[in-house]
Amino acid sequence: MLKSTRNALLGAALVGISFSGQAYAETTLNALFMAQAAYSEADVRAMTEAFTKANPDVKVNLEFVPYEGLHDKTVLAQGSGGGYDVVLFDVIWPAEYATNKVLVDVTDRITDDMQKGVLPGAWTTVEYDGKRYGMPWILDTKYLFYNKEILEKAGITAPPKTWDELAEQAKTIKDKGLLATPIAWSWSQAEAAICDYTTLVSAYGGKFIDGGKPAFTTGGGLDALNYMVSSYTSGITNPNSKEFLEEDVRKVFQNGEAAFALNWTYMYNLANDPKESKVAGKVGVVPAPGVAGKSEVSAVNGSMGLGITSTSQHPDEAWKYIVHMTSQPTQNAYAKLSLPIWASSYEDANVTKGQEELIAAAKRGLAAMYPRPTTPKYQELSTALQQAIQEALLGQTSAEDALKTAAENSGL
Amino acid sequence: MPGTWITTRAWLLMLPLLMVMIAVIGWPLVDTVRLSFTDAKLVGTAGGFVGLDNYAKMLGGSNFRRALITTTWFAVVSVAAEMVLGVLAALLLNQQFRGRTALRALMILPWALPTVVNATLWRLIYNPEYGALNAALTQIGLIDSYRSWLGEPGLALTALIVADCWKNFPLVALIALAALQAVPRDITAAALVDGAGPVNRFRYVIMPYLAGPLLVALVLRTIEAFKVFDIIWVMTRGGPANSTRTLSILVYQEAFSFQRAGSGASLALIVTLLVTLLAVAYAALLRKAAGAS
Repeated sequence: MLKSTRNALLGAALVGISFSGQAYAETTLNALFMAQAAYSEADVRAMTEAFTKANPDVKVNLEFVPYEGLHDKTVLAQGSGGGYDVVLFDVIWPAEYATNKVLVDVTDRITDDMQKGVLPGAWTTVEYDGKRYGMPWILDTKYLFYNKEILEKAGITAPPKTWDELAEQAKTIKDKGLLATPIAWSWSQAEAAICDYTTLVSAYGGKFIDGGKPAFTTGGGLDALNYMVSSYTSGITNPNSKEFLEEDVRKVFQNGEAAFALNWTYMYNLANDPKESKVAGKVGVVPAPGVAGKSEVSAVNGSMGLGITSTSQHPDEAWKYIVHMTSQPTQNAYAKLSLPIWASSYEDANVTKGQEELIAAAKRGLAAMYPRPTTPKYQELSTALQQAIQEALLGQTSAEDALKTAAENSGL
Repeated sequence: MPGTWITTRAWLLMLPLLMVMIAVIGWPLVDTVRLSFTDAKLVGTAGGFVGLDNYAKMLGGSNFRRALITTTWFAVVSVAAEMVLGVLAALLLNQQFRGRTALRALMILPWALPTVVNATLWRLIYNPEYGALNAALTQIGLIDSYRSWLGEPGLALTALIVADCWKNFPLVALIALAALQAVPRDITAAALVDGAGPVNRFRYVIMPYLAGPLLVALVLRTIEAFKVFDIIWVMTRGGPANSTRTLSILVYQEAFSFQRAGSGASLALIVTLLVTLLAVAYAALLRKAAGAS
């Protein structure tokens, strides 16, 4: 009787302890993601659910914003004392985030296995000034997608290897009356336009910055914009491209209204999905073309990473979450919309199955990824360039003058 | 001095409210003024005193002039259109006809929608590839090929004005309708008997009742239109080629995208001053109108 009472008390005490222990270990993380391209919102929720199942003492609140709002939301939260523990960041922001102490330096948290396993090129996504500010999560570049059926009808046997060939093939398709405007791009006044421009700059061997000063007003930078303008004015490019974002490009391509489109990885499997797309099964993908005598292929580094904010009260749990999100099993399970950062995944049949063509293009494209300029003033430079691209496309100024103005307004 | 205690007690009773007002309006304003004289960044450095540099830089730049012109054009055209549409809608809804109640309820809908929802809807309507506007205009033969409504510098601002009007004319209509309800029936009947035509009836009988409330609507709408941000940010982000970049968007870019809190604050204060001047001018107008009636 006494004994059982004592045991009951002891048991109750233990239960009490474990309850209180649970109450103290309950951590809530706030994470900021984007609702655009790459992983879908449902995918991110599913990945996160797997994490909270394995770590019941951690709760993760997810917030999704369009890409256009990601940078400003992160910075604003930081300016008002924080709010997020984990944020998704674009390859162009580590310079600014590091300079303004938005993200925590995680160089020491990265293990040898991570160091060895992740593709060397992927690390540039999270690096600034020799330090690392997160883990690469979305490895991405722009590819040239083409509609196999339309090319076949036009008598074109192979997709273009150079940008000039692309223009010729588009003209053939136009002249044969198959499509009025065969190429679709995302040239809206937004970062999307800079990604297309950078792809061309890399093809023409251009430079954004040289010795801390703008260097895009001549050489490859100028050739790239001239190519865009001539593609636009000669009528082989869909004129609505100047107000398209990536999702608009995808819709046009999926409706069979574009023979060629420049877009991210995620479009491949969506455009091949019969439920989504009228061109399922006819989607071809190759690395973006090169320029004779200058480059074989071209690619922009459009990768993104996950980092811990400097205002986070739970950096350890935040890191644990980031490790889970970027781990090889997680990335392999969701490789249909975004290709893994892990080198060995590209030899894994489960990952490559059904998207061999994309993997083949990725192997060449990812290796050629060209960075957008790493400068804390990137947003200003980008805004100035977006304006230059639009003014040149609209014929308000020459490409040369537009880029000169952009250089003056770049803040560099 | 029997009044002093009462006055003191009145002030004491108001004290909590005053404290709150100072905390949420006064202090941020003072801090913004302080910021505008520094080169502070949004995060990181506190910044040093730079005097009037920010003001000189902002007022001297071509961006400001262009944005001022864009904003003024947007405000003048959209508000004028909203006033005319609002009064016409109110006159219509003031008539007796079947379905009037349903129509009144329906008319409030655009105004009740959140701006972001409204902007997203109009983006779909204007979509160059599968938008309803292109389809409709092509079907009735007004255009022979699809247009890029938000992709042409001349068109984009007009397209935004239309979207803004659709959302905001119901407010003017509501205010005008309330004023119309107050017009005594016997006066309008008397005017009819005296043989006044519709134009004269509107001018001499209805307008005196409408003038005051309409001025209030005009003030509200002008100030709001001058500060316009969200509808433009969602629809064009200031593009194409910055043709729809208004002052508020300029402030946002300066302070948040480029993180120059100092010059952003100076620009915000310049805009505040312009809006205040507008409000003061209108207030004078209102007083004059009140005096006249």
